[in-house]
Amino acid sequence: MNWNNIATIYLKELKDSLRDRRTLISTIVIPTLVMPLMFFGLGKVMANVMTKAREDIPTVVILGGADSPGVVRQFRASKRMRVVPPRADWKRAISDKQLRVAVQLPEQFEALVKSGEASPVQIYYYQGELKSENGARVIERFLAEFREQAVAERLAAQGLPKSAARPFEYRRENVAPPEKVGGNLFGGLVPYLIIILCFTGAMYPAMDLTAGEKERGTMETLLCSPVPRVDIVLGKFLLVLTGSLAAMVCMLLSMGLTVMIGGTLMMAGGSGARAAAAGAAGGAGTAGPIPMIDPWGIVGVLAMVLPVAILFAAVAFTVSLFAKSYKEAQSYLGPMIIIVILPGVVGMLPGIELSARTALIPILNLSLVCKEMLSGVWHWGYIGLIFGSSSVYAAAALGLAVRMFQREDVIFRT
Amino acid sequence: MIEARQLTKTFHDKKRGEIHAAEDVSFAVAPGQIYGLLGANGAGKTTTLRLLATLLRPTRGSATVAGFDVATEPEKVRANVGFLATSTALYGRLTAREMITYFGRLNGLTDPAIRDRVKALSAQLGMDEFLDRRCDKFSTGMKQKTSIARMLVHDPAVMIFDEPTLGLDVMTARAIVRFVRECRDRGKTVIYSTHVMSEVEKLCDTVGIIHDGRLLAEGTLAALRARHGEQDMEEIFVRVVGGETAGTAAS
Repeated sequence: MNWNNIATIYLKELKDSLRDRRTLISTIVIPTLVMPLMFFGLGKVMANVMTKAREDIPTVVILGGADSPGVVRQFRASKRMRVVPPRADWKRAISDKQLRVAVQLPEQFEALVKSGEASPVQIYYYQGELKSENGARVIERFLAEFREQAVAERLAAQGLPKSAARPFEYRRENVAPPEKVGGNLFGGLVPYLIIILCFTGAMYPAMDLTAGEKERGTMETLLCSPVPRVDIVLGKFLLVLTGSLAAMVCMLLSMGLTVMIGGTLMMAGGSGARAAAAGAAGGAGTAGPIPMIDPWGIVGVLAMVLPVAILFAAVAFTVSLFAKSYKEAQSYLGPMIIIVILPGVVGMLPGIELSARTALIPILNLSLVCKEMLSGVWHWGYIGLIFGSSSVYAAAALGLAVRMFQREDVIFRT
Repeated sequence: MIEARQLTKTFHDKKRGEIHAAEDVSFAVAPGQIYGLLGANGAGKTTTLRLLATLLRPTRGSATVAGFDVATEPEKVRANVGFLATSTALYGRLTAREMITYFGRLNGLTDPAIRDRVKALSAQLGMDEFLDRRCDKFSTGMKQKTSIARMLVHDPAVMIFDEPTLGLDVMTARAIVRFVRECRDRGKTVIYSTHVMSEVEKLCDTVGIIHDGRLLAEGTLAALRARHGEQDMEEIFVRVVGGETAGTAAS
């Protein structure tokens, strides 16, 4: 092994790749854009949809209630809903989104409320439809207020204070530091994105440097040089690894900037941007501190990703080395993205926790430990186990890549 | 300078079983000589040359190139060999200068030595005009010149040409043939594979006719003509390989 040769090959491949538009797009442009797009783009769209649903004044049909004119009057007087005339096809109208909700008042509702024997009020809605669900919430709030009013009247009639029915209040407050809230919000998403980008970052250089070279006929030219094959494979492999790491570093830097800018916007703009952040992270928390990410967590993630990036680079390299053409390599590596993403998705599921067993499953272990590190939790035993096992997998994959490069039936498979 | 002894290469194919791409091929080429390897498509020319250039490892037999054994010292062999084939293309995203420099470095030359060499080769081959342009924009002639410069950057003693004129226009093919002759005149050991009879007649000192992986006949052009009582090289070739049906792929 000669480091001069390896450096010569690496630098040439670097120059060559920097002139390749496909590689630049997959290793630099997309990873840089993905975070801001998700945060400001997707998050903003989701926040807008949620705000619109909340601002919608629901249309309501009251079923029954002829014997309870007082309640019906209060429904009609409420500014939070619009009572429309009853219709026979109200069920279909709700399903067709022409009507948000229907309220079924039991017979003699008003009279029975006074005696304390009323049967339940039924609310009909469209489950999963944002505006209908919001309408149902509006009705629930309205009925809760009506109930409180009834209780208050009854207490007053008996000369008791309001507090007799509500002897104490409660409220909740977040005590987790901002970086833990941020870790929880972004922790699931970040490792998932890192895994995808690490793989796609390695994919294009790997295909170009192996199958692409075979197809263009430059592989044989290179093999004519007196450089030992192990030097060639290491020089090329290092470039593939660079692609993988470049994709990840671009994403992490752009994520850092996005969170910083997003955080500033949240301080200035309040709930809209905050809802955008929550929307982007797929979480529901719209209150509490501005989410932060533990900077040491990012350093930890970078360190833990290294063996996985080596593993991805070596696997992508070996698979595309076997292919005869760029197109064939693409058809092998394309479906592999799903195999790579799957453990990442499992890592995002609630209830999947780090254990001695999950720490040995490649990719899943990275996903789980990144989530913890980004929220500032450091399980050193698991971190060591994961780094060690990932390094072993990476070394095995690299060994396989070197072996494959020495095989004539692979190199000359055209 | 090149000596092949019972050089044999067997491939295993799932459908076709064992394929003897080269079988007991033995010949020798001295410095200042052009050895022509003549054969139809699939006769075993490329495999034989790839074995000599150490791109493939022999299954059996041995060969020495520039005094080094192809099996035990492949890197030293390659350091003394220039290999040019239709399958040895250029890096499209590099300029001609970068391409030659890259192969100079891979051959262990220092940067000042490479600079001198690029200058000399560019003048010799008439490449000044396109030296700093990217190879993917080149005409076939420019590509061939750059490939030749790539092959010559380390001034190898042995030159291996595998059907270098395949698919080239007449003018470019003539330039290549002229260049091969110049290599011989400078004392290089040259082996040249082709299926074009006229090139053999123009260039080669010794000819080996290869068919189905076996070297069936060998000798100088004059000796082959005398042996077969025939002047036309094409007729000699067809007779050696066993008639029209066996040699249909050759032209």
